[in-house]
Formats: sequence, structure tokens, C-alpha cells
Amino acid sequence: MSPTQIAALAAGGAGLVVLALLPFYADAYYLSLAISLLQFTVLATAWGLFSGPTRYVSLATTAFFGVGAYTVAVLGEVLAWPLVLLIATAIGALMAMIVGISTLRLSGLHFVIFTFGLAELVRQLVIWYEVNKTRVLGRYVFVDITQNDIYWQLLALAVAVFAIGWLIARSRLGFALRIIGEDETVAKHCGINVTLAKVTLFAISAVFITLVGAIMAPRWTYIEPSIAFNPTISFQVVIMALLGGAHRLWGPAVGAIPLTLLFEFLSARFPSTSTLIIGIVFLLIVYALPQGVTGLWERVSRRKSEPPVAPQVQT
Amino acid sequence: MLWEENMVSSVTRLAAGLAAIAGVASFSAVEPALAQSSVKIGYALSRTGPNAGGAAVTTLPNYEMWVKEVNAAGGLKLGDKRVPIEVVQYDDRSSAEEAAKALDRLITQDKVDFILPPWGTGLNLAVGPILNKAGYPHLASTAVSDRAPELAKRWPNSFWLLGTGAGAANTLVELLVKLRTEGKIGDTVAMVSVADGFGIDLSAAARPALAKANFKLAYDKTYPVGTQDLSPLVNEAKALNPDVFIAFSYPPDTLGLTEQARIAGFNPKIFYTGVGTAFPLYKGKFGANTEGVMGIGGWNGDSPAIKDYLARHKASSANGAEPDRWASSVTYASLQMLQQAIERVGKIDRAAVIKDLQTGTFDTIIGKIKLENNLPTKYWWVGQWQGGEFYGVGPATNEGARTPIVPKPAWKAQ
Repeated sequence: MSPTQIAALAAGGAGLVVLALLPFYADAYYLSLAISLLQFTVLATAWGLFSGPTRYVSLATTAFFGVGAYTVAVLGEVLAWPLVLLIATAIGALMAMIVGISTLRLSGLHFVIFTFGLAELVRQLVIWYEVNKTRVLGRYVFVDITQNDIYWQLLALAVAVFAIGWLIARSRLGFALRIIGEDETVAKHCGINVTLAKVTLFAISAVFITLVGAIMAPRWTYIEPSIAFNPTISFQVVIMALLGGAHRLWGPAVGAIPLTLLFEFLSARFPSTSTLIIGIVFLLIVYALPQGVTGLWERVSRRKSEPPVAPQVQT
Repeated sequence: MLWEENMVSSVTRLAAGLAAIAGVASFSAVEPALAQSSVKIGYALSRTGPNAGGAAVTTLPNYEMWVKEVNAAGGLKLGDKRVPIEVVQYDDRSSAEEAAKALDRLITQDKVDFILPPWGTGLNLAVGPILNKAGYPHLASTAVSDRAPELAKRWPNSFWLLGTGAGAANTLVELLVKLRTEGKIGDTVAMVSVADGFGIDLSAAARPALAKANFKLAYDKTYPVGTQDLSPLVNEAKALNPDVFIAFSYPPDTLGLTEQARIAGFNPKIFYTGVGTAFPLYKGKFGANTEGVMGIGGWNGDSPAIKDYLARHKASSANGAEPDRWASSVTYASLQMLQQAIERVGKIDRAAVIKDLQTGTFDTIIGKIKLENNLPTKYWWVGQWQGGEFYGVGPATNEGARTPIVPKPAWKAQ
């Protein structure tokens, strides 16, 4: 390892220690804000894991998030917490595989629409089951999980999502996915099992999203389909990842942190018009920053370091 | 040593960074350290999203009216002086997570003295643990939960003023039994329910209660939230010619079912619909046809206090809007309880206010209230439109309960 790498690692470690100690010196509000920041950082990064390299825009975030929350609602009071998380992981992975195998042959707009529909489908299935089988809608989550526990679990999950993202980028899978993102036909001709690669990554990304839902559920005490499967989350995550730039591992986090703070600022200062302003922000990001902040930063630094060349063909 | 210094400085730097962000976010850095010059009251309501309609009818007008009235009188009476109310409010966007965050902000950033609850069952449950941990009284006046007694035990600072779904269903069945004994109705019941929290809870409680009372449940269907075409339900129910039609419905379907029943000429002896029947909107839409329609809620419309409340509400709210005849009066009564508790304690002492709410007796627009185990002992569960007013008819033992008009007069052409 080079000295700069060691220094970066040490700085990262120290930063992590500071973050882990946050519940001891922050009050309830900052803890709440920190939970929001971590939640969206993990969600956006997990979204970027799959959608960054493959360029499939998924609106299924809330489907997995809700499934995680519901797993806790159903099993939270019956089983030990680690076991609940384990089951949430399994359900998330299984659902992602089924969905992945059946839909990842779709591309472009078809995939976007399908994933949006998926969230609604899962929500309706849950409602159907609760109405006809259990005859309760709205479940209570009374588990012994404090806000501090939620924060630490999300922090651990954030570390895990970055570690796994880093490992994937350096693996054969990551390489295969970059080729798929550039040109799927070429990837097939290179002998890459395109479906396997896409489904695997989709499942990994979905597991993280499911776990965020599971970890967050005890925060609300009460879960019903409209709370667990809130479509806004899907859109927020996409816009955060787009702002940061989904083609880099740390890109979505770069978008998630300022946008979470912005939403917070708007809700606090402009309670009655915040939704309107958020909508305008979304439009601005999509039109003004199509490659995200990281894309912009790369363009700027490239222009500085290299002599001007003929414009590249961008896809 | 060096490490320690680094550590401390990075902690302070982070804290400073966070503080800077928060300073911008809430703008609450400058706070006068004066003696109590105002009582800060905070609330987060759903101004946008699916809950916005309910919050705009039932909750917001009452909060605004109460604050206006208290301030017009000089404020809350703390000891021997009056202190005006200052309001801090946010939009929870109908999201449990936003509601939780907004309350954390109210408590730790705005440092409000008291918090008024959000609208609806889900959001009240979402903020329950936060208010409990911070020791704020929680007067949930728009939440119907079968676990209310358990919640009150778990969070002794919380008061569940609207009761349980089972209470609503059982009171309705009791009323039906009484009417059957009087020979006013027969045995056949048709029931439809919306596939959402309210409809599921109430129909689940009504089924065994009806069976136990030997009613014949000839029709029992659920329909999804947002169903547009309700005519099949109404026509199928009509074909069975039931004595009683029960719909545990939400406002849009309450309106839709009533309209369909009118069009189809479906005239059961008892026509009962769910949330929304007690809304002024319902009277506005159906006018004279509301006569005899039963629904959830009701109030003692003959009481001078309620008449006075109705007049003040109309004068205070935008466009002279009327309150609904169910949770509105309970919401306003909960504010009166809070005010009386604060004034009896005479200072901002939340623990003492909670204690007073648990044990005290309160004089409100819905009568004298003394809570038992943090729950009221009386509720209005069945109301009926009679001469343009939605009167409580069940439980029949409640003060001011009217005799129900049975059978319901046939629909008139509009």
C-alpha cells in the first residue's frame, strides 16, 4: 500500500469512529437527521450498485424497502432481531431473483414502468393477504430497538454497501457489468452470461434496500401498506443517485447527503411549499446535471489536465 | 495526547458542521433567555399527501380556532398572568418518517412547550414513542385503534380519545338488537367494507357480534381503496333485500355508495355508512336525502355547548366551513383539556400536566370528561342525520342520545 492509501484508510477509520460515537453527543434531532442521511445514503448507493453499471433505471426501491418493513412487522415480535434481519435478507434476495429473471430482459422504458408497477403489485398482494387471510391491516411493531440501535445498524449497513460495491467493481462481475452497460450485445458475444450477472447484482442491491426497510420499521411503531410502500422513496432515491452520478460508487452518496439536508431545510423553513420546491429541484437536476455532480467534476478536471480534444461520443 | 487533541478537534469540527447546517435549517439559534413570554406550541400536520383532506377538515381548523381564541383572551393563564401562544408548525407530508422527524425537530430544535398530535391513526402511532420518550402529553383525538388500552399502558403520557374499532362495531350491533326487539327491523344484514385499516378492523369486530346476536349476514364483501364503480356492490346487496345495510367505508366511497343507493332506489330500513357520513360535505351533497342516514360518529346536537361550538367554528374557519360531527368536537375538547390542565398546573411542567390529564375532570364542549386509564368512558359511535343535523343515537345511554328514525325515509329525486 502506498502512504496516501494508508492515510486515506486511517482517515476513513477515524471518520467512522466519530460517526459511530455520534449518538453519545448528538441530541434526538441530529440523531434523527443522521438516521435520514444514512438511510438515503445506503438506499441511493445500493440503487447505484445495480443501476449505475447496467443503466437500468429501477423504481422498485419502495417494493423492497416495504417488504423489509413488513418482514419486521410480521416477525419482529416473534423472533430474535438478527434472525428477523436474516429472513428479510432471504426474502429480499429471493424476490429480486424472481423479478430479475422475469424482467431483466426488458430494457429502457419498459423496465422502468415494470419496476414502478412492481411496488404497486407487492402492495396490493400484501393488502389482499391481510384483508382475506389475517383480517388485520396495520400492524404494530413493538420491539426493543432504540433510535441509537437503528443508527448503528444503518452505519454498519453503509460500511457494508461501500465495501461490497468496492469489491464488486474489482471483480469479474463488475467488469462484466461495465461491458453490459456499454453494449449488451457485445457482452453476450464475449461469452458473458448476461442474465446471471444482472440478476446477481440486482439481488445484491435489493438485499441492501430490503435491510434498510427492516431496520427503519421499528421507528414508526405502526406499519400499513401505504406507509411501507410509499412511492416517494423510489423517486427520491433515483433523483439522489442522479444528482451524485450513478456511475461511481460514491456518486449516489454525494447526491443523497445534500438532498436529504435540502429536503430537511425546506420542510423546516417552507413547510407549506416544500413539496413544490422539491419538484422544481428534481427538474433542475435532470435538465442541468444529466451526468450528476461526479460527472461534472470529472469533466472539469479532465478539461484542466488535458489539452482539448475532439468531443467524445457520449451515450 | 496528540491523538486526543485530534480526536477532540474532529469531534468539535463535526459538531460545528452539524450545528451550522442546523442553524440554517431551523434558524433557531437566537433564542431570548427571558422569562416565559410565550407558550410555544408545535404541531406537524399533513398539509400534502393522502391525509391532507382529513387533517384539513378535522384537525387544522380546530387547532387554529383554539389558538386564536386563547390568544384573544390574552393567552394561557400561568399562575396570575396570561401568556400568549406562539405556534410552530410543519407539514409531515402524510409520511410517518417525516412526522417523526418533524417532532424531533419541534422538541430539540424549536424547544416547544407542548405538542399537538398529527391527524390519523398511523401518524399518531408513529409519533407515540417520541412524545413518550420526551415526556410530552399526547392527546390523540383522531386515532381509532383496537390496541388503545394497551397503548395507553405502554405510553402513560398518551390519551386515546376516539376509542377502538371494536367499540364502534359493537355499539352499532347493540343498537340493531334494540331496534329488532322493538320490531322495527328484521334479521337480514348486508355489509360491505373497504379493504383498509378502518374497514378491516370494524368488519372483523362486527362479524362475530352480528353472529352472536343471531343476525343473518346475507352479504359480506370487501372492496379495494379507491374503487370507483360501486354500483355492483349496491345492486347485489339490493337484490337480497336486506333490512340493514352497513358500509364500513372511507369518505369517497361513503359518497359513492350513498349516490348509487339513491340511483338504484335501494331503501333498506337502516342505511349506515362509515367515515365521511358525519362530514359537512355529506350534507352539502345530499341535502334532504341525508334524512335517516346513519353513520359513524355523532354528537349531542341539542347541547348549547355544541351549538355554540358550531357557530364559533363557522365564524372562525375559512369560507365558514362547518366541523365534522365526529372527531372535530373531540379534537376541540382535547384542546380544552390541555388548556385546563396547563392552567391548573400554572406553569410549564409537562409531567404535572400529564398527571392532571390522567386524574382531573374537564369541562368541555362534549360534556364533563374524566379519563379512566387514559381513555374516555363515553363515546359517540352511531349518529343519524335528522333534519339537517347529525345527532348521536348510540350508545342510547349517552346524554342527549336521540331516538333513531327507523325505517329510513325513501330516497327522493334530487
